[in-house]
Amino acid sequence: MSLELLAMKNVVCRYQGHEALSDVTFSVTAGDYLGIVGPNGSGKSTLIRAALGLLPPDAGQVLLFGVEAASFRQWRRLGYLPQSMRQLNPAFPATVEEVVRLGLLPHKRFPRRVGGRRDTPAVERALEALGIAGIRRKLIGELSGGQQQRALLARAIVGRPELLILDEPTTALDPETRERFYTLLEELHREGGTTIILVTHDTGSIGSMASRLIYVDRKIIFDGTLDDFCHSAEMTAFFGEASQHLICHRH
Amino acid sequence: MTIVEMFQYGFIQRALLAGSLIAVLCAVLGVFLVLRRLSLIGDGLAHVAFGSVALALFVNITPLAVTIAAIPLVMLSSLGILKLMERAKLFGDAAVGIVASLGIAVGVLLTGLSGGFSVDLFSYLFGNILSVSREEVIIAALLFVLIIAAVSLYYNELLAVTFDEDLARTSGVRTGRINMILVLLTSLIVVLAMKVAGIMLVSSLMVLPAVTALQIASGFRTALLLAAGCALLSVISGIIASFGLNIPAGATIILINFLLFLCAFLGRRRLRHG
Repeated sequence: MSLELLAMKNVVCRYQGHEALSDVTFSVTAGDYLGIVGPNGSGKSTLIRAALGLLPPDAGQVLLFGVEAASFRQWRRLGYLPQSMRQLNPAFPATVEEVVRLGLLPHKRFPRRVGGRRDTPAVERALEALGIAGIRRKLIGELSGGQQQRALLARAIVGRPELLILDEPTTALDPETRERFYTLLEELHREGGTTIILVTHDTGSIGSMASRLIYVDRKIIFDGTLDDFCHSAEMTAFFGEASQHLICHRH
Repeated sequence: MTIVEMFQYGFIQRALLAGSLIAVLCAVLGVFLVLRRLSLIGDGLAHVAFGSVALALFVNITPLAVTIAAIPLVMLSSLGILKLMERAKLFGDAAVGIVASLGIAVGVLLTGLSGGFSVDLFSYLFGNILSVSREEVIIAALLFVLIIAAVSLYYNELLAVTFDEDLARTSGVRTGRINMILVLLTSLIVVLAMKVAGIMLVSSLMVLPAVTALQIASGFRTALLLAAGCALLSVISGIIASFGLNIPAGATIILINFLLFLCAFLGRRRLRHG
């Protein structure tokens, strides 16, 4: 039986009196490339925050690598890329390299020094992989949205995590950068064996990449392979042919 | 009197030493606080320090005891600000506002009960760096070692939490502990800085060197060093100017800090716009 990297069991999250997530149950096993899609306000980000232990669920259980999310400590196994950092202070004085190095913190013990000679190969690899070695000394706040996202993805992958969770990472990217970003994710998945959970609005692209799809609208409406999704009469009835086609046509 | 002669006075030496140590600490912590949008925490805690000083003067204790008595009260208040932010889900400015008003209210009440504002209370309100005692220099030196050691040991965690708290948590940083360390260190330095800049101006020592550094820094470590440099420059030149021109030291230090900010701001604009 494959290792479950993430398991959510009957998870309920309430926000200001209403249920943002209702009875959500699914699991992610090693090697999955899971796409999570859903309309605005459907609870996708809440789901990710609950999965990471950032938001304790009101009911149900969240397990990361078999451990309750609230007491999970093996952060070196996990990389996280949040939604584009809209609140990032443009005057924040950290360089791209300083930000990327922070991704090695889970690998360190107190006092947690990062950026020493031992860390150089990992940092270089991440900077090169994302094509941002040339801007390593630039301040993160002065970069374009796309460059910031690449820096944050480099930070997320620098420690070579087994599970990579990305919350709408392509919102701030232009189409060309978005395609490059997806290609890189595919390489990480295929060649690096990284398990990926990708939350996205970009339903057209997710169809061509993910091995499994979850459609969320406060609860899980669909969980299965893309083939199932594309050939399901039930889903056609639910989404309408046009929406279903949008996800499936690139597949 | 020449500058060399001026430096021979014991009170000038103490003022320069204590002022430099305190200003550097304020500036270093200030960079983290400004970036966390907690710029006014220094101001809020200084208001609590006012309440603590009023209480200490009400029970008629020595100036050194006033400083020592204020430390636990201000530290408790800093934790109160954190709890208000975490538990009551208040924004930092609102939490600081509540604690600051409480501090001022207690201070004014006790001042009234003890017969109005005294010379002692005024020296805390507006600062009197030239009256720093030998014991206060020793406390400043000890705190300098403690705070610089803490910032060095927790540097990457402080940077991670300042950058983004959620990202820090998913990197295994105990954000609650780091936040607590930051506000406790801030409260220590606020109490000590009362004598340098006065309760009314203490937060300026934290905010101004930090925002000056943020205008021109090319990295996080550089920002900390630049802030410390600005603070040091302002304290030394401020004390010299204040002694030479017979003007209040605290206010002079702050005005020099503002001038440094203005230079950094205009210099940056000029660089950007050619």
